[in-house]
Amino acid sequence: MTTAFQIHAADNVATLLGDAEDRVVLHGEAGGDVALLRPIALGHKVAVADIAAGEAVVKFGIPIGTASAAIARGDWVHLHNCISGFDERSGDFDVITGAGKDMRYD
Amino acid sequence: MTEVFDRSWSGWLRPDGRKGVRNLVLVIYTVQCAAHVAHAIAAGEDDVQVIGFPGCYDNQYAIRLVLSLARHPNVGAVLSVGLGCEYTQPARIAEAVEKSGRPADAFFIQDVGGTRSSTEKGKAIVRSLRDRIHRETPRVPMGFADLILGAECGGSDGTSGLVGNPAVGRLFDRVVDAGGSAICEEIVEMIGLRDIILDRAADDRARGELEAAYAKAERYCREVRQYSVSPGNFAGGLTTIEEKSMGAFAKSGSRPLQGVIKVGETPPWPGMWVMDSVPDAHFMQFGYTNPNDTEGIMDLISGGSQIVLFITGRGSVIGSPVAPLIKVTGNSRTFSRMHEDMDFDAGRVLAGEMTLDQCADELGAMVADVAGGMPSKPEALGHREYFVMYKHQDTPDLDRGCRSAA
Repeated sequence: MTTAFQIHAADNVATLLGDAEDRVVLHGEAGGDVALLRPIALGHKVAVADIAAGEAVVKFGIPIGTASAAIARGDWVHLHNCISGFDERSGDFDVITGAGKDMRYD
Repeated sequence: MTEVFDRSWSGWLRPDGRKGVRNLVLVIYTVQCAAHVAHAIAAGEDDVQVIGFPGCYDNQYAIRLVLSLARHPNVGAVLSVGLGCEYTQPARIAEAVEKSGRPADAFFIQDVGGTRSSTEKGKAIVRSLRDRIHRETPRVPMGFADLILGAECGGSDGTSGLVGNPAVGRLFDRVVDAGGSAICEEIVEMIGLRDIILDRAADDRARGELEAAYAKAERYCREVRQYSVSPGNFAGGLTTIEEKSMGAFAKSGSRPLQGVIKVGETPPWPGMWVMDSVPDAHFMQFGYTNPNDTEGIMDLISGGSQIVLFITGRGSVIGSPVAPLIKVTGNSRTFSRMHEDMDFDAGRVLAGEMTLDQCADELGAMVADVAGGMPSKPEALGHREYFVMYKHQDTPDLDRGCRSAA
């Protein structure tokens, strides 16, 4: 089974070490496994706890952003539900390509 | 401490006492109009490399950066080539290089004739300079205590913060323990980590320097509305600048931060240093912090790094002149897909094949091999990308003492 690595005991997300469809086993500061609510790719994050909207997303033991919507354990944590406390463009990036949606090309 | 970090190899001794891992002739053009001739001079010549500044109008930051590369420990001699109309003066560059005890020459293309005659003249000069430094430069034993290593990350993904950068951080801990130095820049990739960085300061002076550099970087990012995180990072699983920062900062290891140096400044004493490459406040406000990875790598080389480690999760195909670049990835998939360009696979730690300590040892052995003359992959492939831009940074006062004379 694909492994997801939880870096710090206080983290509410873990990073996938491979692509996974339905389930990951946790390594690092946590054990057990997590049922995925959808497929998640290598290098991306899975929530290992329920995170309420407005709550901090914690990785490396520090807040790396704020949940912009409620996130359930097993869900993908990324641009669509987590925004930076610094970067004002955060929240306006395409969730798949990461490209900014606020630039005009016409 | 393992025996890897006791290794020694033969280096080249420079007049200022620093030791190089290569013995290069550097061709420097002083305006974009002279770039073709400079590259034609270096084409097909072993140990001859090119850098240059594109602007016609001169810039103090760019001159300082070019001079720090011209007087780098890996450089033995310099030919500076200008067109003839530009502000930046090739003869002044050659003069400054000669003062450092290195042979140097300069000419304007307009004084010589044209493309072919300037190329012929330039080739004759670089061949004679190369013969001279091959003959005259003393070979000396060199070890990790004589090294300054730079680290840059680019094309980061979710593995970079997990293992790519921590592997380099562990290597840097070993290098610092062996009496050497390491530099990381990318202060704009420390956004969100203010307290964590300040806690690493060696003393109050270092803390003050780090605090000021961090505050400037945060203000700068806010004003230019640009944070150092890109679509490739997002696609690789990084969601915010704070997340990327924490991964990027891991490459500084765990030893105390000695303070902040600016572009073109060599660490005044050994240890782990942070380089400030962010433009100072200036009425024109032009120049992004680091428009691309190549600029950051050149900044690290300007700080005297004889070798630079480049950590990339997504993969990259760049190299650098003056100092060899070693490409490290924490993503084994990237390593196998781009094996012709990647030097080191730290993803084996994630696969459970080795510990971070074993990884740092193996990486240290590769650094020693490259320092001893083994070409890194980008070096063997002929990658020599460089980028020298207009920027405004004040030269700091010589307030720390015992700075390098170079």
